[in-house]
Amino acid sequence: MERPAWAPPGIDISVPSVSRIYDYYLGGSHNFEVDRQAARRAMEFMPGLPKIMQANRAFMRRAVRHAVAEGVTQFLDIGSGIPTFGNVHEIAQAASPGARVVYVDHDPVAVAHSHAVLLDDEHTGVVAADLRKPNEILAAPEVGRLLDFDKPVALLLVAVLHFLEDADHPYDAVAQLRDALAPGSLLILTHASYEGIPLTEEVAGGAVGVYRDIRNPLVMRTGEQIAHFFEGFDMVEPGLVSMPDWRPDRSEDVEDGETPEDPYAFSGYGGVGRKA
Amino acid sequence: MRLPAQTAGAPNTVAAPAAAPAPTAQSAAAPNGGIEDRISRFATIWGRAIFPVTATSLTRPEFERHLLPLTRTLTEALHARPFDAAVAQRVGAELVAVHCTDPEALAGTLGVIESYLVLYCGPDGLEGAGVEATAEYHSRCARLQHAIAAGYARALRERTLSEQEAIARSALTARTDAQQALHASEERFRAVFEGAAVGIGIADLDGNVLEVNDTLLQMFGGLEGHVRSRNVSEWGHPDDTPHVWRMYGELVRGERESYRVEKPYYRHDGTVLWTNLTVSLLRDADGKPQYQLALMEDTTERRLLNLRLRYEATHDALTGLPNRTLFFERLEKALSGAGGDRYGLCYLDLDGFKAVNDSLGHSAGDRLLVEVADRLQSCATGPGEVVARLGGDEFVALTTGSDTEEQVTELAVRILTALSTPIRLEGRELSVRGSIGIVEGRAKERTPAEVLRSADITMYRAKAAGGNRFEFADAEADARAITRHGLTNALPAALERGEFFIEYQPLVHMRDGTVHGAEALVRWSHPQYGVLGPDRFIPLAERTGLIVPLGRWVLEEAVRQARVWQHEHGGAALRINVNLSPTQLHHPGLVADTVAVLEKSGLAPGALCLEVTESALIGADDELLEPLRRLAELGVDIALDDFGTGYSNLANLRRLPVSVLKLDRSFTRGMQQQPADPVDLKIVEGIVALAHSLELAVTVEGVETGAQAAQLRALGCDTAQGWYYARPGAPDRIHTLSLSDAVPTPS
Repeated sequence: MERPAWAPPGIDISVPSVSRIYDYYLGGSHNFEVDRQAARRAMEFMPGLPKIMQANRAFMRRAVRHAVAEGVTQFLDIGSGIPTFGNVHEIAQAASPGARVVYVDHDPVAVAHSHAVLLDDEHTGVVAADLRKPNEILAAPEVGRLLDFDKPVALLLVAVLHFLEDADHPYDAVAQLRDALAPGSLLILTHASYEGIPLTEEVAGGAVGVYRDIRNPLVMRTGEQIAHFFEGFDMVEPGLVSMPDWRPDRSEDVEDGETPEDPYAFSGYGGVGRKA
Repeated sequence: MRLPAQTAGAPNTVAAPAAAPAPTAQSAAAPNGGIEDRISRFATIWGRAIFPVTATSLTRPEFERHLLPLTRTLTEALHARPFDAAVAQRVGAELVAVHCTDPEALAGTLGVIESYLVLYCGPDGLEGAGVEATAEYHSRCARLQHAIAAGYARALRERTLSEQEAIARSALTARTDAQQALHASEERFRAVFEGAAVGIGIADLDGNVLEVNDTLLQMFGGLEGHVRSRNVSEWGHPDDTPHVWRMYGELVRGERESYRVEKPYYRHDGTVLWTNLTVSLLRDADGKPQYQLALMEDTTERRLLNLRLRYEATHDALTGLPNRTLFFERLEKALSGAGGDRYGLCYLDLDGFKAVNDSLGHSAGDRLLVEVADRLQSCATGPGEVVARLGGDEFVALTTGSDTEEQVTELAVRILTALSTPIRLEGRELSVRGSIGIVEGRAKERTPAEVLRSADITMYRAKAAGGNRFEFADAEADARAITRHGLTNALPAALERGEFFIEYQPLVHMRDGTVHGAEALVRWSHPQYGVLGPDRFIPLAERTGLIVPLGRWVLEEAVRQARVWQHEHGGAALRINVNLSPTQLHHPGLVADTVAVLEKSGLAPGALCLEVTESALIGADDELLEPLRRLAELGVDIALDDFGTGYSNLANLRRLPVSVLKLDRSFTRGMQQQPADPVDLKIVEGIVALAHSLELAVTVEGVETGAQAAQLRALGCDTAQGWYYARPGAPDRIHTLSLSDAVPTPS
């Protein structure tokens, strides 16, 4: 039976949460032992998982700066998770003080924590909603209060779409969100994939199995499948690539021109699209 | 505390080497360049060492820029007088602040400081300095490392604790929010649960009732104990459809999500509650079946109303018996039964009921029908037996089973016996009798309409046979009746379409064989059955009243034909005989119509002879005879047809306005043989004598042989007709015959 809309999900911190696992990978302590156990189990298969998360954060940082540089100062971050260092609003507001950000997550603990962290920031908002129901996100009062959909918005779907199974109709969800965006809006997206992982699919599959076990299945998609999420968007250079390859800050790396990135950082894909 | 000659806050500004503390010697291994340059290079080494183990989203150059002020702090501390290692604790804390939370970052940091801090950031020319000075810097460096480790550990501990507290608080907040939301939603649910107009009940999968709302309680009669803490399986009812409990089993086993049925329950007082029941399976978050939820709507009253409407639609308001609709349903069911099933049907019509209605009034008639209904009901009490009122005084009784032939006979006998006891009505005893048509047969052979029609026909047969009896249906009788029925229905259209025609049979003067006239005999050229004689359709026309227009048409046609003959025959008086049926005789327009026809054609009344059967005039009073008298006075001959077949009241002959007797053919039949039957001869002789004494002419019918003709002529008969002279034929044959003056054509 489907849960009625008015019945909130239960809070069971004995069940691992992908937001808190993510925080653990990033070296945070916003997590509980169950989360750490799950994270360690996954790392037995893919020791470099934290590097992938770090690459995600770094990509996001560069993409948000790119958005501001393009004049987009409204951000809708769906699947924002536990706020930690280098949050979207920090990056955006550092580049453009008036930037507005709405964080959306369906994990009630992540949402509560976001509320606590962002209490005093009137330019940011937090919405408890699910990417599987884009209309609820678009209809949320905080979204309406902070974002002007007549102007370009940067939609962030960073490390979240791979938690939507095909039965959840992820392409439809993205399309619905896209349709609400004004021309010039950006889609900032990263997605897990077996492509680029410096491991065999069998070994990497072990980590995927851990997510399945905690009932947050991780759906690995091919680059081609991930590219479909950008339907209706024009890819920003250099297109859909490994995350470290997306507009690296090479100018900073003056000393020797090398980027000694960890091999794991090249797992999965990241890209930015611009709505025509 | 400041680094010697350092230009604070300008990391990219190269410090003047001259401002550096005076080194005692320049080491060959020591890096070249100014102090700021060396600080920067140290930070780069440091950054490279620990960047891979950090979780920062900064790029490495950005990260290294964060390390620059830390390097400067360490350099200052290394040189400071007095020496204070504690400032390095801040460097450890700063590492945690830039997300170097992995202890490997500390290990890496300490290693880099150990190896390079004094080398890069120590005093110039340390190699040349004394062992004491060198030892002093390395000691300072070691103490700085201790302080960094302590600062790092403290900051990481603080950060870890505060983050743990923050996430725990967030979890608690989220849980409280969820509980509040749950509480609110439960309150909403509770309000829906309690306020719902439908009954709601929740039971576990073993059927134990856990919760019911007040509405449901009231539906069951308001006794808590009757509903709460009971088990669903105790609520069986004999009228439960079998699949209710099958679906229940499927649901509690998790094989079905829901079902919807109409289900009765016993209330605690034994009355029945009818519900529209919807049962749904409730699963937990893992999809495991947990509870069953029942929603029920009380349909008892609606059902009663439906039953009542259904009863009213299927029962006769007067007698309370099932009506035609219900009977048809039952009959249909009986007829659609299995192969071996048989049925027997009694179709009862009361004899003379119309007379009761006419004489005692309709309310008396109604009471009679009620009494009859009661008696019939008491006759058909066996299983599979049913009595119904089809309408008026028509009733049916149905019996089903395997031996219905015997059963239905017994049923018919019981019905007639039950009716035989007189019914007391308004102080008098009424004898009620009935005629029953019985149809008995095997299921699946005929339709209800066919069975009822056959029963109806058979009932009329019983009635025609005198009533107060039953008859069994018989296929031939049915077929005849059905044909008759078809002919009756086709009569009016046949008249309109001109399907009738007239044949003429010559009447011949016996004394000279000349043609005296002809009798008009109507025929029906039926499109399906061919030419039909009057015996096939005149009785039908009589019954339906069509005889009046048909008779008028025959009269018009015959009279017109007679007039034609007269013209062609040169004015000789060829007469025309036309039959009058009893109904025509009673018709008030008879005289006027006849006169009009004669006038229109111009035929003299004396050329027309109307034939009336003797039986039609038996017991005729003056009123009935009046039209005939008036016609006779006008000059129309009246012939008494079929004389001798009825009860021939010879004395009565004087009163009748007749001028011709037509002897029935039965008298002449005895004269076909040689020698003729002497008794017949005497009778005919007597009749002729009597007729002549009353001044009546005598016509004989059925003359077929010359000997017959000779005999009858000898007996003094005036005119004759029969095959010996001519068969009935087309009008032009009469013309021919009259021209040749009826040369007898033996058949």
